[in-house]
Amino acid sequence: MGNQVISRAGVGTAVQTTAQGFRADMAVRSIGKVGLLVTPIFSYFFLWAPIALLVLFSFNDSRGVDTWRGFTLRWYENIFAGTMGGEARFATDLMLSALGNTLFVSSIATVIATILGTMIALSLVRGNIPGKKVIDSILYLPVVIPEITQGVSLAIFFKLIFDFVESSTGVNGTPGFGSIIIGHVVFNISYVAIVVRARLANMNPRLEEAANDLGANQWQTFMRITFPLILPGVIAGALLALTLSMDDLVVTFFNSGVGNTTLPVFVHGLIKTSVTPEVNALSTLMLLFSTVIVGFSLFLQNRYTDRPYNNR
Amino acid sequence: MNDIKVELIDVVKEFPIQRGETTRFRAVNNLNLDIYDGEFFALLGPSGCGKTTTLRLIAGFEQPSSGQILIDGKPMQGIPSFSRPVNTVFQDYALFPHMSVLQNVMFGLQMDKVPRKEAEGRAVEALEMVRLPNALNRKPKELSGGQQQRVALARAIVKRPKVLLLDEPLGALDLKLRREMQFELKSMQQELGITFIFVTHDQEEALTMANRIGVMHDGNLLQVGRPEEIYETPATRFVADFIGETNFIDGKLVSHTAHEGVVSIDDETTVTAMIGADQVANGQAVSVAVRPEKMTITAYSDTPPSTEHNIVHGQVAQVFYIGTDTRYAVRVGKSALVNVRVQNTAAHHTTFKERDTVTLSWERSVARILTH
Repeated sequence: MGNQVISRAGVGTAVQTTAQGFRADMAVRSIGKVGLLVTPIFSYFFLWAPIALLVLFSFNDSRGVDTWRGFTLRWYENIFAGTMGGEARFATDLMLSALGNTLFVSSIATVIATILGTMIALSLVRGNIPGKKVIDSILYLPVVIPEITQGVSLAIFFKLIFDFVESSTGVNGTPGFGSIIIGHVVFNISYVAIVVRARLANMNPRLEEAANDLGANQWQTFMRITFPLILPGVIAGALLALTLSMDDLVVTFFNSGVGNTTLPVFVHGLIKTSVTPEVNALSTLMLLFSTVIVGFSLFLQNRYTDRPYNNR
Repeated sequence: MNDIKVELIDVVKEFPIQRGETTRFRAVNNLNLDIYDGEFFALLGPSGCGKTTTLRLIAGFEQPSSGQILIDGKPMQGIPSFSRPVNTVFQDYALFPHMSVLQNVMFGLQMDKVPRKEAEGRAVEALEMVRLPNALNRKPKELSGGQQQRVALARAIVKRPKVLLLDEPLGALDLKLRREMQFELKSMQQELGITFIFVTHDQEEALTMANRIGVMHDGNLLQVGRPEEIYETPATRFVADFIGETNFIDGKLVSHTAHEGVVSIDDETTVTAMIGADQVANGQAVSVAVRPEKMTITAYSDTPPSTEHNIVHGQVAQVFYIGTDTRYAVRVGKSALVNVRVQNTAAHHTTFKERDTVTLSWERSVARILTH
């Protein structure tokens, strides 16, 4: 139809200006159409291609990463056998201890962040506290500020704390699991609070009034009504926190001490010299694990939310 | 029967218009109301008139800004909603989505530490009463709107409250189901003997169900009375207009006694009507309110049917034939169109056309002089 308009306008000179206008318009349109097609292809390509390559080459029967030489599970076997092309730096027990550290840190950080994040969400949605709006906007801060800023600032903060403790009590503190866990809790609280708050905002406040009306006090109402109804959100938030905590490199890197290397830090150490197929295999395993957890978290977030209520 | 169950004394409720702002919106203004034991009381008004807020004040979800609420003679100040002897049926039912029907109904009894067996028995009984005995283990979302409504009702009556508060409980139902539930609610109320306070914006619902009606507008309680009092003798223009259909003929009060007044509509016409407003003064601008069905339309005639009748002359502006009735919109004087409704019975043969000059007549006692 666009072509028709252009050809018809091209015949008569009287409508030349309009025709020109139409042509420019159409040109912009077609550029836009092409752009709309190309942009997502580019974006998704650069987003997913490296990951796809990583997964692919974790099964490549060659030490090099440039040519495909057939399928193998060798690198996965190597991870669990503790050998890595003769390099002594990789040892399975080191990796397992890093994995253990990761699970330890992330599970404790997740529990603490989930409890605190849920409490924040409750007071933001149901509470009547002054400065609600300010707290609400600050909540997004850990989500938007660069992780490096967070990592460095926490490191400085802990240094000041340790110095102060040492000068006042003589106890010599060093960064370790404590500082890592606190760091993880700090950025996880926001994620938990945001997820739980969304869930809570979706919940009909009349339900709590109805429980009150039927004789349940505030605590009974929370335990019997509010908590069961926001539980999917709480679990979803916890799973999200767990993934973020397990994957975290930057905050952990700046706040860990000796002997508490986590898995991401361990992997980071491995690729300092070269990217080896074992790193690919290990990363693929981590990716698989994270995907499963995030998928489950999304599933829980979407459950029961298909019933909008009439909020009068 | 005449014990006061719920008493509201000078109750005021103000809300801040916006968080942190000092200007406040007065949702309920100096409300004084007595509701008697065993009564079916309807709070009627358009949306935003403060009726739901009043209900929430009685339930304890909101605290009055000033004034007192007494239930059974006990002041409710500082008593939380979970300790008040009232239960509520919410407009959106507010059924607990994660509990079965039976668990929903048992919830209130469990909070009262009623033994499980007994609680279950009473819950089943309540569900039988609302005629929903076969859905015990279903979840609320598996039920239809009408069934959910019944569960909400069972949940509220299972505790045998002294007062049952109903916030537009039939609002979400379709017309047929609503009629059915109106009837059931009414008979249930008579059976249980519980005081019902029923909030609605539907005047027909209020008229059919309630023993007494309180009409609210802009936070004010305008009139309280039996349905026929509210309909036949409205105290304000708003009440007359909101409940049923009313013609208002504007004029000036010429003279008045304690009960009757004479109003001049134009230079030639005066009518006599009952005084409905609290206070009137001669010379004041007033409206004469007459229901369309109380008027008779005839061909032009200068003699009233009796001395007790008013007559005015007018010109037919529009004719609407609506099956059982014919409606005439008649221009009277310079001002309003007056609606007259005539039943299309066999006896009624005279029909009028547009631009016919006609005479409207009505008995003095059915017309009311209202000021605002």
